[in-house]
Order: sequence, then structure tokens, then C-alpha cells
Amino acid sequence: MNLSLENLEKQFQDRIDAGDNIEPKDWMPEKYRKTHIRQISQHAHSEIVGMLPEGNWITRAPSLRRKVALLAKVQDEAGHGLYLYSAAETLGISRDELFNQLHTGKAKYSSIFNYPAVTWADMGAIGWLVDGAAIINQVMLTRTSYGPYARAMVRICKEESFHQRQGFEIMLTLSKGTAEQKEMAQDALDRWWWPSLMMFGPTDAASTHTEQSMKWKIKRKTNDELRQQFIDITAPQAEFLGLKIPDPALQWNEERGHYDFGEINWDEFWQVVKGYGPCNKERINARVKAWDEGAWVREAALAYAEKKDSIQKAI
Amino acid sequence: MNNEWPLFEIFIRSKNGLEHRHMGSLHAADAVMAMENARDVYTRRQEGVSIWVVPSSEITASNPENNGELFAPAEDKVYRHPTFYDLPDELKHI
Amino acid sequence: MQRALYKYILLLGDNALVLGHRLSELCGHGPSLETDIALTNMSLDYFGQVRNYFQYAAELEGGSEDSIAFLRKERQYVNCLLVEQKNTDFAYIIMRQFLFDHWYLLILESLCSSKDERINAIANKAIKEVKYHHRFSETWVQRLAGGTSESFKRIQDATTFLYPYTQELIVANAIEVEMHEAGIGPDLKDIGQHYYDQIHTVFNKTGLQKPEENFFHKGGKEGIHTEHLGFILAELQYMQRTYPNMQW
Repeated sequence: MNLSLENLEKQFQDRIDAGDNIEPKDWMPEKYRKTHIRQISQHAHSEIVGMLPEGNWITRAPSLRRKVALLAKVQDEAGHGLYLYSAAETLGISRDELFNQLHTGKAKYSSIFNYPAVTWADMGAIGWLVDGAAIINQVMLTRTSYGPYARAMVRICKEESFHQRQGFEIMLTLSKGTAEQKEMAQDALDRWWWPSLMMFGPTDAASTHTEQSMKWKIKRKTNDELRQQFIDITAPQAEFLGLKIPDPALQWNEERGHYDFGEINWDEFWQVVKGYGPCNKERINARVKAWDEGAWVREAALAYAEKKDSIQKAI
Repeated sequence: MNNEWPLFEIFIRSKNGLEHRHMGSLHAADAVMAMENARDVYTRRQEGVSIWVVPSSEITASNPENNGELFAPAEDKVYRHPTFYDLPDELKHI
Repeated sequence: MQRALYKYILLLGDNALVLGHRLSELCGHGPSLETDIALTNMSLDYFGQVRNYFQYAAELEGGSEDSIAFLRKERQYVNCLLVEQKNTDFAYIIMRQFLFDHWYLLILESLCSSKDERINAIANKAIKEVKYHHRFSETWVQRLAGGTSESFKRIQDATTFLYPYTQELIVANAIEVEMHEAGIGPDLKDIGQHYYDQIHTVFNKTGLQKPEENFFHKGGKEGIHTEHLGFILAELQYMQRTYPNMQW
């Protein structure tokens, strides 16, 4: 058998085309490995940074029921980050290194978390819109070609089913509540709608990774397809809530069988991606602080384990 | 110096009568902590009745390049699979 | 009697409420992802217990779990001072937990045979959770004391600072005396003996020293708190105070 690089790459592509999963010890093109590390870690970082905007409302949740639901949700995100870091680690990179990439700004995370959560209604809007958008992406990823990533996604999707319901229920309660509460809900929708649409990434025309990602079945739908799917699902839900989506161009198009929608402000998107969103610095600072302050704890636990180990060996 | 907590693989029996299944991995300083972490991370929704934690470094994995010699020979041993035997449909409980 | 029972439930429930609150502040800020998840789990356990306690309290004296949790005044909260102490660092978090868990587990063991059926049921559920917390905090005390010189210093500092808040846990106030006489609550004298035996054993094993002076803080159970509680309530009550009488 000819094991030239070209041949290996062809065999690899054939396996993917045949719907086979790729597992950690399988041969894979270096670029496939790198792309996966980048994407999976980006996804993991998003879960971890995503804990912060919602985490900041846990101590102020308006009822005990809401408090435990939010707490459980944010905790799940830590768990999901952990599953994803584990999946990335199967590609031969350590979690410490991944954290280091996050802390030094080398790695990205979803820009949506650079927006501030300023009122309680934002807990509703984040659960409904941000988790809603994430789920669309994640359901697609359960069929991604890299085994550990796909399995992590299956587990995450199963656990996340309550997250969006949690958010929607908050919105529903607010929109059926007092005028003040309804106003709070509308305000949250106004602020979170466009950033949610940006979560799907640049348009297909402007996207640099889409083509290769589709070929390797890392992605199975394009950014624009996913964004359209999200809008089609979400617009009727807003109507159900009696809230108005802040897009005058939003309208059902009978012919296309989809909603038409207005132009996304891509300048804002790139500005936030480049680090100039309202909370970029704060989010990273919070992560770095937790990490730095935890250093002595991690060291102590390791030192203790080693001491115990050497005592056991001596016996 | 690498001072990362080592990686452990987590196996969970979801209920008695079933085998332990690989759930994923996590980091812990020692096995006791790995067990605690596994309980907190992988059984948040009452997924388990029994947990095994194994240091990832202790696992010896087969090499996929040898998959040919390891697994392909089983391909023609169809007699190991129940569908090899042609029995009349009306026969039950077999 | 019913009034005393109500107040007794607040004594139990407020500890869980305030400690749950302190732990919930840490969500997303733990020293490792795994530890973050563990601390949040404990917080969730406490809030679950709070709901059980306060639902029962509301049945006795009116109101709801939320009005009891969110709408009392500073002086009406009766948690012990230990649980409102700050998350100064991970050593303080672990020592606070250790000192509380050992006491709380003894209390729950006794409440599992309380004559009051509801308290009995709540305790039987809570005890499984608290046994786990108990183990978690004790193994972490061992790790930190036996880890590095820095971790030993930090856990010793936390011990010196927090130990004076323990006596309040085991000196009965009038309500606790009444509840013990009615067969509902434990004899705190008895608990106190076991409690100090247990934590001192761990101190001896790990080389931790309790402070030399035998001075103790008190007041929480009578509603006289440290300055920390006001800030906890400012966050806890923010929504209910800003938007009164609404459904959430």
C-alpha cells in the first residue's frame, strides 16, 4: 500500500465521505487536527466565559425557584466546558495550554458573551435566544466527523434541553406580568436580538472556514442556513410572547418559505470580535483572576497527592 | 514544570445489571478527588449507581494502524453472529 | 409552640440560605472547573433545603418560601455568623464549610428522629447531601494542610479566623432549648461535645492549631450580624425590593 501523504489524505476523505467517524488515534491531516483544536476549544471557552454574564445574576435572582434553575444552568455550562476541553485534549493539547490561549487572547470565544447582562430579563433573553441559537449549532454538531466532539455534543444537547425552556419561561412570565415587566422583556429582546443573529458567524460569502469545514463534516450547514433556521423558529415565538423583534424588515416570505430579515451590522460584529465589545476585557480578567487565584490550590492538591503516593510506595 | 492535575477516564454504571460505560474524562490531583469530581460532573442528573475512575496514563490502547490484523480476521467469522443460522420464522424464543 | 417551631425552622433555614448564597457567588470563579462544579453542587443542595424549610415555615405562619427568604429585615435573619463570612480565599471557603458541615451533620443525624414529621422528612433527605459535603470539606482540609507551605499557611489563617465563630453553633438559645424539650430538636450540649471532639481530631491529624485564646463571637441567632449580612441581603433582596408584589 502506498502511504504517501496524498494517499493518506484521500483515504481519510473517503472515510469521511462514507460517514465514518474519526477517532483520536486515527491518522488525520494536521490541518484537520488544528481546525478541531481551534473549534472545540473555542466552543469550550464559550461555555466557560458564558457562565459569567448569567453568573452575575445568580445572587440577585428574584425567587428561590428561579435561583436554583439559573444556578443549575450555569453549572451545566461548566460541565459542558469540561466535556469539550476533554474532547480537545484527545487531539494532543493540554487543558492548561488551552486556558493559556484563552487568557492571552490567542483563542476566541463566542462574542455574544461580551455583551452585558444588565437586567433580570436578560436571563430570559439569553436562555431563549442565545441558547436557542447555540442549540441549532450544536444539534448539527452531534453528527460531526470527529468522534469525541460528536459524543460530547450528544451529551450536551441532551442536558441543554432545559436551558432554553428555562429562558423562555422567564420571558413568558415577564410578558404576562406587569407593564414594567413587559417593558423589561422587550428591552432585553431589543438588545439581544442582533447579537444572537451574529452568533452564527459572518455570511457564507465572507466566511473563510466554511468550505473546508463542510468537506470534513465539521460543519454540515453553512452560517447563513443556520441563521435562517434560527430566525424561522424564533420569530413566531416572539409573536407568541407578544414582543416585537427589533427589525422592521422582518417579514414572512411565502415564496421562499422563510422569513426575510434586515441587514446585520457587521461593523459591530467585527468590533466585538476584535476585542472592543462592552465586556471583553472584564470577561477575560475574571477568568484570569479565577485561574491565578486558584494556582496555589491546584499546586497544593498535587503536592498532597504526590506525598501520599510516596508514603504508600514506601509501605 | 507541568503542574496540571492528571487526567482520569470515568466509567459509570447507570443501573445495576448494566456494564460500566465510558462517560468521558476529567482532571484530578488523585483518585479520591477524581471520584468526587466524577460524581459532581458526570452524575448531576442521577446518571449512575457505580463509578470507576482510571488514570488515563494507565490505559493501553490498540493502534488503529494495526486494525487490519486485529479486527479484519473476524470479518469472515460470520458464524459468531446469530443471523448466520437460518431457522424457520415460526420458531420462537431462540 | 407553633411560633417557636417556626422560629426554629428559620434557624435551620437561614444557615442554608446564607451559606448557599456565599457558595453561589463562586459559580464561575473556582480554582478549577471540577471544583467550580463541586461548590455549585453544594450551593444547589442548600437552596433545595431552604425551599423545604421555608415551605414548611410558610404553612405554619403564612407567607411563602420567597417572602420568608427575601422579605425579612436584617435583624430578622437568624443564621449563625460563621456562614456569612466572606469567600476570602479557597482556604476560608473550605474551612467555613468544614466547621459548618461537621456541626450540621450532627444536627441532621439527630433531626432524622425528630418528633416533628416534616422536620424529620427534611432531615432525612438533607443528610445524604450533607454527608457528601462533610467528606468533601474534610478531604480538602487534609489536602490544604498537607499540601504546600503556602496552602498550610492559608488554611491555618482561615482556621484562626473562623474558629471563634463556632461556639455560637452549639450554645442553645431559648428556641433551641424549647425545641429540644419538645423532642423536636437535639440537645446542643451533647452535639457540642461531639462536634469539638471531631474537629479537634482533624486538627491534630493535620497539624492545624486552634487559636490560643478562648474567645468566641456570637449574635447571629439573635439577629445581630456582622456587617457582611447587609450586603448579602442587598443582592439577595434586590429584585423583590425594587419590583414589589410581582410574579417571577
